[in-house]
This record gives sequence, C-alpha cells and structure tokens, in this order.
Amino acid sequence: MRHRVCLTVNGKAEEFDVEPRLLLCHLLRAYVGLTGTNIGCDTSQCGSCTVLMDGKAVKSCTVLAVQADGCEVTTIEGLAGADGLHPVQQSFWDNHGLQCGFCTPGMIMTAVEILDRNPGATDAEVRHGLEGNICRCTGYENIVKSIVAAGARGS
Amino acid sequence: MFPSQFDYHRAASVAEAVELLSSLPDAKLVAGGHSLIPAMKLRAAQPAALVDIGRIPGLADVSADGDSLVVGALATHAAVADSAAVRSGCPMLAETAAAIGDIQVRNRGTIGGSLAHADPGADYPAAMLALGAEITAVGAGGERTIAASDFFVDILTTALADNEVITSVRVPCVAGGAYLKHRHPASSYAVVGVAACVGMDGGNVGSCAIGINGVTGKAVLAGAAAAALCGGPASADRIAAAAGRVGDAFDEPLGDLYASGEFRAHLAGVYTRRALAVAAERAG
Amino acid sequence: MGRYVGTSVKRVEDPRFIQGKGRYVANIQFPDMVYVAIKRSPEAHARITRMDTSAAAAMDGVVAVFTGQDFKDGGCGSLPCGWLVPDTKVPDRPIVVTDRVCHVGDSVAVVAARTPYIAADAVEAIEVDYEPLPTVVDARGAMDEGAPLVHSEIENNVSYHWALGDQEACEKAFAEADEVVEIELVNQRLIPTAMEPRAAAAQWDAASEEMTVWTTSQNPHPIRLLLSAFTLGIPESKLRVISPDVGGGFGSKIFHYPEEVIVPWVARQVGRPARWVATRTESQMTDSQGRDHVTVAKLAMTSDGTFTGLDVETWANQGAYLSTFAPLIPTALYITLLSGNYKMPGVFGKVHGTLTNTVPVDAYRGAGRPEAAYLVERLVDLAATRLGRDPLDLRRQNAIPKEDFPYQTPVAFLYDSGDYDRLMTTAADRADYAGMRQAQAEARAEGKLRGVGVVCCIEASGPAPSAVAGSLGSAVGFWESGEVRVHPTGQVSVFTGSHAHGQGHETTLAQVVADELGVPIESVEVVHGDTGRVNFGMGTYGSRSACVGGSALVRSAEKVRAKVLQLGAHLLEAAEEDVVYDRDTGRVHVKGSPESGKDFGELAFAAYTAHNLPEGMEPGLDFVSFYDPANFTFPASSHICEVEVCPDTWEVRILRYVAVDDVGKVINPMIVEGQLQGGIVQGVGQALTEIGAYSDDGQLLSGTLLEYAVPRADLLPGIEVDRIETPSPHNPLGVKGAGEMGTIAATPAVANAVLDALAPLGVTHIELPLTPERIWRAVQAAGNGA
Repeated sequence: MRHRVCLTVNGKAEEFDVEPRLLLCHLLRAYVGLTGTNIGCDTSQCGSCTVLMDGKAVKSCTVLAVQADGCEVTTIEGLAGADGLHPVQQSFWDNHGLQCGFCTPGMIMTAVEILDRNPGATDAEVRHGLEGNICRCTGYENIVKSIVAAGARGS
Repeated sequence: MFPSQFDYHRAASVAEAVELLSSLPDAKLVAGGHSLIPAMKLRAAQPAALVDIGRIPGLADVSADGDSLVVGALATHAAVADSAAVRSGCPMLAETAAAIGDIQVRNRGTIGGSLAHADPGADYPAAMLALGAEITAVGAGGERTIAASDFFVDILTTALADNEVITSVRVPCVAGGAYLKHRHPASSYAVVGVAACVGMDGGNVGSCAIGINGVTGKAVLAGAAAAALCGGPASADRIAAAAGRVGDAFDEPLGDLYASGEFRAHLAGVYTRRALAVAAERAG
Repeated sequence: MGRYVGTSVKRVEDPRFIQGKGRYVANIQFPDMVYVAIKRSPEAHARITRMDTSAAAAMDGVVAVFTGQDFKDGGCGSLPCGWLVPDTKVPDRPIVVTDRVCHVGDSVAVVAARTPYIAADAVEAIEVDYEPLPTVVDARGAMDEGAPLVHSEIENNVSYHWALGDQEACEKAFAEADEVVEIELVNQRLIPTAMEPRAAAAQWDAASEEMTVWTTSQNPHPIRLLLSAFTLGIPESKLRVISPDVGGGFGSKIFHYPEEVIVPWVARQVGRPARWVATRTESQMTDSQGRDHVTVAKLAMTSDGTFTGLDVETWANQGAYLSTFAPLIPTALYITLLSGNYKMPGVFGKVHGTLTNTVPVDAYRGAGRPEAAYLVERLVDLAATRLGRDPLDLRRQNAIPKEDFPYQTPVAFLYDSGDYDRLMTTAADRADYAGMRQAQAEARAEGKLRGVGVVCCIEASGPAPSAVAGSLGSAVGFWESGEVRVHPTGQVSVFTGSHAHGQGHETTLAQVVADELGVPIESVEVVHGDTGRVNFGMGTYGSRSACVGGSALVRSAEKVRAKVLQLGAHLLEAAEEDVVYDRDTGRVHVKGSPESGKDFGELAFAAYTAHNLPEGMEPGLDFVSFYDPANFTFPASSHICEVEVCPDTWEVRILRYVAVDDVGKVINPMIVEGQLQGGIVQGVGQALTEIGAYSDDGQLLSGTLLEYAVPRADLLPGIEVDRIETPSPHNPLGVKGAGEMGTIAATPAVANAVLDALAPLGVTHIELPLTPERIWRAVQAAGNGA
C-alpha cells in the first residue's frame, strides 16, 4: 500500500509516492536528494537528523513521511537566504562550532529553535536546550559559544 | 532503522479511529509517534496497521475548566509546557511536560501517546497519579473516564481496550505540586521521577499525594509516605520522615545497567523529599 | 614566523558542512545501486547448525543473498592483523563466518536489495539456528584454568604476553622502598561512537576491471593495501579507495573491517554499485571498541616522596579476533608510557593479551596512553594520601626537570622536550589552586563533598619512526607522504597522506604550505583521502598529521623553494647566492633590491613553459616527500578539575575544569583548543558516564544510545584551556600531537577530583565510570550508612 505525500521542502512544494513506513529523514535524503540531514542513530537520541517541520525542530528519523503530509519542512540546505548564510550558520563558522560536521546540521536546526524561543539564551540555557543533540568532536564548548553569540548578535 | 511494512490509515474523527482499530487486525494508534516509531525502527514493534489520529481536529486543545484543566490527547509536551493556562493553573504539569525528552521530542510527542504507551520511565504517569487525573477515552462502547489510579496496570500496559482512544485528560488545578526527576544520562527517561502534591490546611499539611515513576514497571502512588506527611507542618524533618516511607510503594524495583532497583528506591526517597519540599513551598 | 602559522584562521572546510553539503559515504547514491545489509549474530559464541536464506532470496526486490561460504569460495581472504608482537597467536577472522560465531554482531549472511527497507526485511527473513557454546567475556577470567576457549587452537585464550622495562631495577626499588602503594583497577571498555556510523560503497567497472571503494576510513591507502593483498584480491593499480568527508573516527575508523570487503565484493558479484551504511546499533556492536584492561600495580617510593619504582601487570581484552592494530595498543602504546612525567628508575610492566567473546578491541582516542595515565595518576594520588602530601606538590617533586631533556625513560621512550614544572605551575595559577583548596576546606566544614583533582600526563604522539615500529611488531611503516604541486598559474595543490575527519587539515596544512611558500592561503588547496589522487600515505591516528604529515609537506615546500630560487636567480641573471626567496611574498629578488624580482606565479609559469631553464633543470614544479619521523613527539598536560558530589543522589557536578597543555608549537590555536576541548569531554565521559558493558553470556548491554551515555552539552559548565609551548626539537614545525592529550588527562583529573571529594568518607577507589550508584555503593562499603 503506497500513499501520496505532499510536502513543501525548503519552499518548494513536491509530491511523493511512498510506503507508509518510509521515515521523513529517508524521504529527504533519498527522494529529495537533500543529504545534509544526517542520520546518526536509530533510537531518536542523537539529533543529527533535526529539521524544522512547520517551524518546529523535530527529529526526522522519528516522523513517518506520511505524517508530514501537508507540512512545510526546512532542512539545513534551506536555511541560508538570498543574502547569505543564516546567522546561526555564520556563527558556527566564526566560532569553530564544528569539527567533523556530521552533527552540525542537526545542531544548527536545533539552535534555530532554541534562539527562536529564547533569543537571549545564556550559556547554561543553551547547554540545556541541546539535550537532544549529541556531538562527539567538539565537547560542545564552541557549539554553545556559537549559539550564544548568534543570539546576542540577533537580539 | 527500517520499520517493517504496515498499512496506514488516517482517521478523520475519533469514531473513525475506533472503527478502524476495531476492524483492523493488529492495528496500533499513532499520534506523535515518539513512543511507537522508535520501537518500530528497532523492529521491536511490528504492527500490521497504523491508525493515525494526529490530525483529528480539536484533540490538541488545552483549556481551563473551572478548577480543572482539560488537556487534549494530541497536545504535545511542548504545548503543555508552554501553555499559560497550565503554567498558572497547575505548574507541576508544565514542569513535568518540560522534563520529557528534549526539545525535538517535546515538539512531537503527545500526552495521550505517552500515557497509552505507559513506559516505566515516562514522566507523565507520576504526575497523573499525584494529581488524581482522569483520563477520558472513547471506545466501541462509547466514552468513559478512567481514574489515573486505575489506568496504569503494568509495564507498558494500561486499562485501555485495544480499540479505545484517549481523547483528553482532566487534571485538577493544584498550586502545591512539583515534579523532579533523575534523568538517565543516555535515554533521558526518568530513572526516578517523583510528582508530589501538597495541600495546606492552616499550618498543617491537609492533603498529600506522591506519584513515582521509573522505579517499578508501572507508576505508583506512595500512599504511606503521603499519609505520613498529613496532619502536621511541612517541616524538613517531617518531610524527610515521610520520604523515608516511599519504599513501601515498591514491590519489585526494576534495575538496569545504570541503576539497580535498590538504588532507584534510594533515589526515590531523595527525590520525594525534594519534591515535597518544593510542593509545600508552592502550596504556601 | 609566517603570516598564517600561529593564527586562528577560520576553517576553509566549514562552508560545506554548515550548509549541509558534507560529502559523507552515506550520501553516495547511484541510480541502479543495491543496498547491502548484514545478518548479525545475536549469539556471543555458537555453532551455526542451520541457515535458510530461501525466503529472503525470494522476496520481491532482493537482488542476492550471500553466505560465508560464498565469500570464501569467491576469493575473499581473512582479515589480517597488522601488528604482531613476538609469538602472537592470531585467530582466523573470516569476512563472513561459515560455521561459528564468536561475538554478538559477527556477520553471518549478506543481503543485497533494491532499497534499504527491503534489505532489512530480507535480513529478518533469513533463518539461522545456533547451538550455543560457552562464553567468556572477562579480560583476566579468560586466562583462568578451564575457561571456555574462544578459539580451540589458542590455549588459555592468550594471544600474547609482552613485557618491557628494567625488572631488576624495579625489584630493587620495591625491596628498598620506604612506602608502597598498590591498586587494582579496571580501565573499562568504551564504545568510540563517532557520530557518523561506518559505511562503505563500491562501484565496479567490468570493462576496465577497476573497482572504486568509498569507505569511512581514517587511512584509505592502508585499506587499499589490505584489500589488495589480503581480503579482496584486486590489484592496487585497479583499486581506488576514497575516504571522503568522514564524520569522526577517534581510532575506530582506522581498522580494516569486513564490510569494506563485503560491499565491493557484492558490487562485482551483482554487477551494480553497492552501498552499506551501519545503523547506530550495528556500529555500536561491530566497531572496534576501546580500553578494557584489568590491572594490578604498585608504586615504590622513599619516605620523602621520591618515586623509585612501578610494577604493573595488565590483562588486556582483545575481543574475539585481533583487530588491525590490536596488539599495539596495550604494549608499545601503554607499557611505554608508564613512567609518566616522572623520574623513576624501576619501571616494569607486563601485559597479557586475551581473547574473549566480545567485539574486537583496538585503538580508541588516546589508545594505551589513557590507560597508562589513569593508572599512574591514581597511584600518585594514593601516594600523596599515604604520605600526607599535597598531590600537586608531590607531582612537582618527582617531575622530570626541564634540563633533563631529552629524557630516556626505563620503558624505551626518549622524551623529546618538556617543562612539566612550568606546566603544573601554570595550571595551578590559572585555576587558583590554592583558592580551590581553601574553598574545599570551607565546603568540607559545611559538610559538602568538594574535591579537587590534579594530574600531570604524558603522551607519545606522531607515530612513528618506521624502523622502531617494525622492531616492535608493525607490519607497516609510519612515515607520511606530502606532495606540493605548484600549477603554472602559481596556484598550489597540496596532497597529504594524512586524512581529516574533523581535525581541519584543509585549513592547517594550507597554513603551513602558504607560509612555507609565501603565497596567499586562498591559493592553496589541500587534497586528501583519495588513493586515486594522493601518493601512498599512512593516514591519521595517534595525533600524527601535523608532526608527520605536516613535516612531509614542509620538506616538499623546501624543495619547491629551492627550485624556484634557482630558477629565479637564473631569470634575474644573478648568482644563486645573490638572490633571496622572500617567504612573506613568495618573490625571488636580488639581495638588497626587492623591486627587481620575480613573483611566485611568474616563476611557476616559467617552470612550466620551460623556455628558459637553468642548465639541467627539469620542467615543472611538483615535489613529493616521504617523511619518516626521527622520534615520537611527547605532548604533556596538567589539568585541574573541581567537583562537588551530591551527598543524596551521589551525582558528580563539575564546578570548574582547567586544562593547560603543551602540544609544542601551534599552527592554529582555535583548532588546537577545539581538539583539546573535545578530547577532554571524551575523557570526562570515561570518568563519569560511558561503559561498554557485556553480560557474562556475551550480550552487549549498552548497544544503543539509549544505554551508552555519550556526554551531553550540560555535563560540564565549560572548559578553561591554556597552554605552554616546548617545541619538539626533531620536526621542522616544532609541533607535537594535539588530538589526544585532552582525553588522556581528563579521565584521571575527574577521577582524582571525585575520590578527593569522597576522601572524608573513607572511599579510596571506585571503578569507572563514577556513576551515582557506584559512588553510593562505595560510600556504603566504606562504612557510611548513606
């Protein structure tokens, strides 16, 4: 049994014919070709696959594509605007907020929500806000710095 | 990482969901999916069909109703945590919702899903027990209300029939409540979560309820501990003495790699003491 | 000093990562690609009595199903071990087992299908019957009389015994000692958990008989060598191995894994490109893991606190098979570090490498050195307690003085340079150590469990002089290649045999070469990770890329400069000794008249037009060097950690973490700090949260991220990083390794702090990780009714 799914991905509406078991992360990666959304675990722990669904950060490995039908999805590839990098992306670059880069898309998408909810987030608030994202390289130090700095610049 | 095959049905109404659940063999309900989909990815759950209630209108509302709050089954943990009505009317419920998982999980997971799944490490059950919540469900025989104390039957098992759908949860507004948890460092589930409600009667504790999850297969009420606190002031000594009684509530504490049953029981005492102190302070 | 080295140049690799354009193996996709999935053993030790693949093979969308026999018949060789100490017993490690599984996760069958979902369905449909065999999982217990044998031909499960040091001096030290402290400890098993799960992809060109393999490897050339010579049998000239962007390694992606053979073999067999991507759970149960030592040790000293001897016996769990470099880690990277930063004449260590029904154990960040540091630094704290001395003070008393460098330890290494006293005093100043002790006294007076941990640690980085490695058991050399290719326009491509998987080589190595040549960093491109583009190189591990890989590039850049200078002199019609190469600008000019010179680009172009070259000069401007280091480099660190332990929940809260490291000269301070910070948190993970646990029957109890607690962002409140520099005297950059020092020092720093906090309760030892329950039990065992 297959289903039609309509999604707006990074501003572009598309229709897909999918098995109900297809996960949103796989739809984005294999059907849309947006491989920036990385998959780091299979138990919904690591947050690498975080995307924005109707403006909210979600783990795309824990959403069925059929559940996302009709939603707007923003991935890391859709974050930068016509005028260049998103401030959070820029801040990760400026503050060495990444090393191997694998967790980075999920970190950045989660950071967007953290700052959306709390633009002046402190170091401790950011550390708490990242409870659903794992980085193995940076020790989080510069990730936290990047997010706090992006918030401070934005507000 | 790859769920096995299933059929997918999106229910437009609660009645349709009940009908689908009644007619489809081995069907499971899905809303946010944050309990079920992880299990399906590991193929620990392989339902033949999913009935998606995630879009049924009106089921996500959170509203005040006199001295109670009515929380729709589809309300996400984030919605409950952020709700002005919940934060002012029943701060402990907001605190519980905010303690679940992480931002991303709270954006998708729903109160109905969490309760129906009844994971021993879930956060809501302790709060539901301590608050004396009532869970409303609709099944083939119509609507019924189940007291939280009757709802949790065993590990991953509730009083719901296979074709029943939770529609809302009614929670009394309690000012003097607190939920504290010992978070598992990997899973974020509650190793121990304690929800305490304290009502003051003059200078003495007039009512008290303590719900605990994480320690045993299902969330439990620590009745002896709660009773021990009533009838006197909420002093540190009396709170400590009451908290010392929580062990009575545990038949067979669960253990895992991180914490044995014995240590969980110890932590339950500590968190009960802390939660009671905060609850009593909030009770004024 | 040039314009770039020593400055925090922003990383040139970042734009692709922050925009979701990383080039990971899992992103490789071909239209007709098959997805490979592997049937894993749920049993730790069992005979396969029946396997039925027919249902799987019949499934719609399944392209092929293969068993171990197919791989054997199809020419796949067993996985070799690349480091053998004398008399090592090496068990056979087939790509896919045929009749017996030896650990949970062992490969038993392989599926190729049209989608990864169908492949997973097919794996589930393969029926396997197992006849369970007795299991052994414990490093020391494996040697017990009557313990089950992992491989019947290997007696007592002993793969090797190894010893190093001055045993006579050691025995004398203990015979004459005033004080002896003893310890028995476990260095627990850890699961590396790079965020990118392992993956491999392959494309076979039947017409040209060329195979391309993409793999998540830290060292594509050695993988090509092993594939060609041992496992896959395709000539190196027909085999291209590419490690594109790799999402972290920490050692776990050094080794040659079965899937690197399975995927290309399947691609050739089915005539379609193939790809396998591990699920996280699969990675946790099959990636080589780290540590897993049981150690008994004692430290001898005089009554004034002078260390005189250290005696160590370790049982090192190697898992069910020997992973690629497994015997190296507990031998030449562990026993050799037991002298620590201290003058001690009588150091002697022996190790028993044992086989168990667990996943193979090999290098994990630090690899042998954290095991040594944790052991030595715990013993030093026990000594301080015994003598009633301040632990920092006792360390300073015994530290090798700076005037003693180069310093020959009793366990083979010749430390190149260092100033351990300055390292410790800098850390003490930075942390306000005296203030911390004062605060601790006040906190204790209030009944709080406050502790301060201090360590001084050593690392051997930048492996290794090839002849030395060979004499210690290596099957390969540990030099590195570096090519500097100047294009006719003056643009520069740099080819390094090192491989970056987070370390930022595209930036730091460009800094080095841009300064060596005096060209803008924007005109330098760094290429790595592709055997089709880069000369044979040894890859990245052991914090070697700057020391060894960077040095190779300096050598090549020197050759470029020499040729450019010679060509410049010729074109300026001056004698070579009358011209200079200005390393700030890349211009060659006559001494004293910078205006009459030639730009780097002009000279590069002239080298390629070859219209007017000096007599005997070949056209072109492209040099490759193979740099074999003269020695390891020896970074050192002093870290100070302040903790408070909750007397109810027994949780550890880190209040401050101060790290002062000496990694020699620093190319990019921002990147070095990032390496140290990340390393520290991994070390803290070992101290507080992480454990790769097996049940007695060989089940992995921490096989998913629901159980295995990788540190989260809130584990530390922040890290204060500082450093001193004692340049390595034997490499042209003066650099030492920076990738592992943080990890090595952090585990004992935190452990010492926690045990210091618990000292008033009489607790002297707790096995890692220091989880609340372990602390609670230790406090109870010490006679406190908590």
